[in-house]
Amino acid sequence: MRPYSDKQNVQKKPYYSDRYFVAPQIPKEAVESDAVFAKDLATLQAKFEIKEAYIQRGQLVVYIDPKDNVAVLQTLKEACAYNMLSEHSAIDWLAKSNEFELFYQLLSTSKRKRLRVKCFIHAKEVLQSVYGVYKSADWAEREMYDMFGISISGHPYMKRLLMPDDWFGHPLLKTYPLHGDEAARWYEIDKIFGKEYRDIIGPEERDSARVDENDTYRFARLGHEVPFGAEPSLEKTFHDYQEEGGVTIVKTLKKSESKLVKERP
Amino acid sequence: MAQHKINYLQEAGLPVALTTVDKLVQWGRSNSLWPLTYGLACCAIEMMATGASRYDFDRFGTIFRASPRQSDVLIIAGTLTKKHAPFMRRLYDQMPDPKWVISMGSCANTGGMFNTYATVQGADRIVPVDIYLPGCAPRPETLQYALMLLQKKIRSEKASRKLAPKRLV
Repeated sequence: MRPYSDKQNVQKKPYYSDRYFVAPQIPKEAVESDAVFAKDLATLQAKFEIKEAYIQRGQLVVYIDPKDNVAVLQTLKEACAYNMLSEHSAIDWLAKSNEFELFYQLLSTSKRKRLRVKCFIHAKEVLQSVYGVYKSADWAEREMYDMFGISISGHPYMKRLLMPDDWFGHPLLKTYPLHGDEAARWYEIDKIFGKEYRDIIGPEERDSARVDENDTYRFARLGHEVPFGAEPSLEKTFHDYQEEGGVTIVKTLKKSESKLVKERP
Repeated sequence: MAQHKINYLQEAGLPVALTTVDKLVQWGRSNSLWPLTYGLACCAIEMMATGASRYDFDRFGTIFRASPRQSDVLIIAGTLTKKHAPFMRRLYDQMPDPKWVISMGSCANTGGMFNTYATVQGADRIVPVDIYLPGCAPRPETLQYALMLLQKKIRSEKASRKLAPKRLV
């Protein structure tokens, strides 16, 4: 039996998830429907174990064994003319199956075809770098390590790409809190002033709807501040210029003393 | 010689103006505020527009300088990320006293819409801010107005004032 949950006022909840929601799927077509892709797949199947293959939105999707990734991409580049790696990253499925789903999005400029190589790796599995095959994998793999913590072996310069080097945690994991973990929340304070300044500066204000009662005072018209709850001041704001204070050389134009001339003398 | 002698009491008056040292010094300071050429995000585009010919910051005596050692205003124009925060603090520390800070735009004021792990939630966590300038991004007029308010603030201060104990230093 499903656990009972109160279904009153579901509209008032900020987040309501339909338990019966199924994400719509883009229809998959058989690989045989496209002659170019069928030939590419045959080339791959002759050498490697292909777990699944289909065409989605006119792009071939191929699931492979993660241990073959370098060899598969090498074959696709040399034998099948997929000369560009346009995108490479991962999807976090750790909650569902303790796995990452990796994808390599390839483009063949001569055949005008796009092909996606996919594979699943376990959370702690080390992946071989494809930097030797596609140079664009350099930053993509660094970003993947930065954002997901996926270890890559054979990369020439494995270092965080976006976050600072001394950052703790990997922000694109689904378990990473949006507002940051303890280390992230105090990152700049710890780094600039040291940990002892945490008490002085205080925690971050994360509630964007918070109203401070001092705001009435702080954000009043300049020179017309009133305490919290009081009526706003009706006093007129006058434009004061520094010249009126009596600065040497500079003089303000006094309109009463000026004369309008109808014609040029 | 004698015929050219000027009678100061009759003509334009004595060539003497009486004022206080504070007023004179702060008048000079407020009319030559040199901000640091320092843009972080889209607010920097508005800051550039303010500095360029149409809005013309130069007529306020405000000339953008390329070095923190020559500037006395820091305009934090844009989203301040946590990765960048130490660099901004270093630039602030390199500026000679007296120095002022304008926090330009929602992101620099409070983190703005970037309520995330990577953004500093308000630049005043890092440096003491004098003027908070709202807007996303603020129009050049707003930045001009902020600068004029800062000038006003400086004129109302004492030249020899003791630097307020900055809680963050």
